[in-house]
Amino acid sequence: MPESALQTPVVDTVDRAAETPEREQPYAALGLKDDEYAKIREILGRRPTSGELAMYSVMWSEHCSYKSSKVWLRQFGQKVSPAMKKNLMVGMGENAGVIDVGEGWAVTFKIESHNHPSYIEPFQGAATGVGGIVRDIISMGARPVAVMDALRFGAIDSPDTARVVHGVVGGISFYGNCLGLPNIGGETWFDPVYQANPLVNALAVGVLRHEDLHLANARGVGNKVVLFGARTGGDGIGGASILASDTFSEGGPTKRPAVQVGDPFAEKVLIECCLELFRGGLVEGIQDLGAAGISCATSELASNGDGGMAIDLDAVLLRDPSLTAEEILMSESQERMMAIVEPGKLEGFLAVTEKWDVETSVLGEVTDTGRLRITWHDQLIVDVDPRTVAVDSPVYERPIAYPTWIDALNADSASDLPRPSEGAELREQFLRLTASPNLADKGWITDQYDRYVLGNTALSFPDDAGMVRVDEESGLGFAVATDANGRYCYLDPYHGAQLALAEAHRNVAATGATPAAVSDCLNFGSPENPEVMWQFSQAVEGLADGCLALEIPVTGGNVSLYNQTGTQPIHPTPVVAVLGVIDDVAKRIPSGWQDEGHNLYLLGTTALELDGSAWAGVVHDHLGGRPPAVDLQREKDLAGLLAAAASESLVSAAHDLADGGLAQTLVDGVLRFGVGARVWLGELCERDGIDAATALFSESTGRVLVSVPRDEDVRFRGLCEGRGYPVLRIGVTDGTPETGSTLEVQDVFRIPLEELRAASNATLPAHFA
Amino acid sequence: MRIGVVTFPGSLDDRDAARGIRIAGAEPVALWHGDHDLQGVDALVLPGGFSYGDYLRCGAIAAHSPIMTEVIAAANSGMPVLGICNGFQMLTEAHLLPGGLIRNEKGSFVCRDQRLRVQSVETQWTSAFEAGEEIVIPLKNGEGGYIADRDTIQRLEEEGRVVFRYLGYNPNGSMNDIAGVANERGNVVGLMPHPEHAVEPGFGPDTSAAMRSGVDGLRIFRSVLESVLA
Repeated sequence: MPESALQTPVVDTVDRAAETPEREQPYAALGLKDDEYAKIREILGRRPTSGELAMYSVMWSEHCSYKSSKVWLRQFGQKVSPAMKKNLMVGMGENAGVIDVGEGWAVTFKIESHNHPSYIEPFQGAATGVGGIVRDIISMGARPVAVMDALRFGAIDSPDTARVVHGVVGGISFYGNCLGLPNIGGETWFDPVYQANPLVNALAVGVLRHEDLHLANARGVGNKVVLFGARTGGDGIGGASILASDTFSEGGPTKRPAVQVGDPFAEKVLIECCLELFRGGLVEGIQDLGAAGISCATSELASNGDGGMAIDLDAVLLRDPSLTAEEILMSESQERMMAIVEPGKLEGFLAVTEKWDVETSVLGEVTDTGRLRITWHDQLIVDVDPRTVAVDSPVYERPIAYPTWIDALNADSASDLPRPSEGAELREQFLRLTASPNLADKGWITDQYDRYVLGNTALSFPDDAGMVRVDEESGLGFAVATDANGRYCYLDPYHGAQLALAEAHRNVAATGATPAAVSDCLNFGSPENPEVMWQFSQAVEGLADGCLALEIPVTGGNVSLYNQTGTQPIHPTPVVAVLGVIDDVAKRIPSGWQDEGHNLYLLGTTALELDGSAWAGVVHDHLGGRPPAVDLQREKDLAGLLAAAASESLVSAAHDLADGGLAQTLVDGVLRFGVGARVWLGELCERDGIDAATALFSESTGRVLVSVPRDEDVRFRGLCEGRGYPVLRIGVTDGTPETGSTLEVQDVFRIPLEELRAASNATLPAHFA
Repeated sequence: MRIGVVTFPGSLDDRDAARGIRIAGAEPVALWHGDHDLQGVDALVLPGGFSYGDYLRCGAIAAHSPIMTEVIAAANSGMPVLGICNGFQMLTEAHLLPGGLIRNEKGSFVCRDQRLRVQSVETQWTSAFEAGEEIVIPLKNGEGGYIADRDTIQRLEEEGRVVFRYLGYNPNGSMNDIAGVANERGNVVGLMPHPEHAVEPGFGPDTSAAMRSGVDGLRIFRSVLESVLA
């Protein structure tokens, strides 16, 4: 932000603001509209001080206030059934949602974007994205136990993509590994629509005992407001409003100084320090400092509590003593927390922070005035009703327009594209898909992340979902998966969002866990574009309806708008994270088979659904038509079937069918342990009335490929028949790495393991290693 | 038998090391970097992590932390001491082991199930293995490239003090594929791979028998039990 705009020769006090109503203020440079500024003057009955203006400008930014999305997000709270509330301990609106997973344990999780900073400064942008989401988890009273990330980059062969990929992956690796949190999965896509606007969505999961739950509120008049962690510096000033509300355009000023810099060691110490504070019962309320720093933490804590707070800004420990009051209020320095502490417990609190060498200062206390009052150099510079800053921000009902181009797009179906029938051509297209950037092996990325630390990782990449043990005695655990398909959402945002939900749900179910909750990160273009707003409204509606159908609640998440370059928005990309629960992680199902002679069964049916598919994109560079049909009741049935199969240990592997269809599922299954497969498509084509190419590449939903040991064959078939779920034996596992293994599609083609592995493994290293 | 695990502010695998010790049949004892007290333990583990952030050379500051006075004295008097990853880095910085660890050859952090050859069973931490045995232990580090001057490498090789060697793939550019070394007495061992992540079926590296079923790391902890009780 333009620093000169805020620098004032004398302190801009509340009294001075009242005396100088005519003074011009740089509200527009801070991202506030004329009517928003007028509203602030109306609320205060005078012009805001420069400190107040700083606070309102960040807290009323799109990033912090959700002013364009709020009217739509309400659906997540409205479309709920009693079953969805049953295990919900904390819903939307807190730092992260919390669900009861049984045995006295709770799990909290959330996914959040750090898109814009990650384009400007990929390493620090991604690193602090991890840091921010982890602090949200700590704020709930939980120990963070896993991270995951959903990444979208530009075209793999574009010169700038390597810069962003190296930075983002390096930043996640650096920060997450130093924190000691296993990275258990996620996804990576390449598409030119994300070229100058990559998406970096970071997810974290934490576990806690029910009694350890903490919330962000400032209650109890006289309780102390304590800031602890890293010192406050000049980094990230204005990041929240300027970065997240602006669009990238060429020739603009460099925005590097606005990006925050992360220190994972400070965060690691902060985690342990907070957990010890919680154990000691020393904290009444707690909030992390992220976007909008002290402005956000004080106004939110006060709004959620007794409503009043008195803060002395001189008590803030500074990294740079030349910071102005406004800069201190807006600084987004990382690794900081704010706690509400009873006066009698302050000594104990300070003893813990001292043990961990965490710097701490008491900024003020909770009051019953209903006002947030901040002084600096003994002068009153902020005097506001905190709710007007944190809660009653503007709400916009942005105009919506049905896109002019969408009917023509939907009419252009991939069903009309030529499909091969000859073995050689099918083989060639099969391998081309295997090697395509979005389907190729992601080991080059995931091998840079520690998946072992904490010793509880039961599943991680490349399995369908990550799984972590919560209780070492009982084996209770959770599974979590993230999914989004921007191509589907571009064709149909309502069903595209449901498809992302269905896939994440299926990925969790494929591990044997039962889906229990949803967190989402909604990445879209500019809300000021009515067509983008239509996409957004459709996606939210689809997701809310979908969650109601599946009866799993949305527990929180994040909205990221203005993802575009110039006037070109990204594909709508609602990333959906589904978290499931499993009674005993020892019962989990891997995604690939490890033994020869197991039967391969395809659950579900296949139709000619190639619109938006990986096949259409890779082979024909085509995007049009309507995405595959979603049947959420069927997804629910499928999940129930898989949970039953897991608990009775009937299946040796399960892997969902999604991008790339059956072809990609077979590739993954074979490459997981190097054990081959012999598959026949004849009965499948006959039963479903499809050709071989459709059988291999269609992306119909509700399908999972499972391997079943011979001695469980009868019971497994019985389970499927009993539940009325379509099932068909389409092959058998065959050949080990030692004896030589092959993926054979009978009468169509054979691909030796090594050729398949080479195709899958070469793509990312060729561009990035 | 009681085995101490020292926690530094940035330790990450300290609880995992304690779990491995427990599964091996010993009692883990939590020790704190700021204390001057080993609480009468029989052996010591310096776990993986980032000790004090390691923005300087890894383990450089940790080697001068308060508890290291006692650790160094105990090591010199013959107590078994194991340094895992960051702990290995500390042992070299404290000059309890020769050589040093530098940034991985390829520059980036690497996490993989690593095949190793057990080169020496003459140490207190490897007596439960067969000489020349192949094992699989997870490896995860950013600065795991082992280096030493030519004479030191030659001496280590000649004296049989190369304890573990990378097999099949050298993940970090270590000289002579060295994954772990011992001091002359064989009571102090440092290695980059993480044996505490191969101690429990279901949470270790994949094996040809079953997913995540590798428990080769357990024998490192069992070795010290045997050698101390013997």
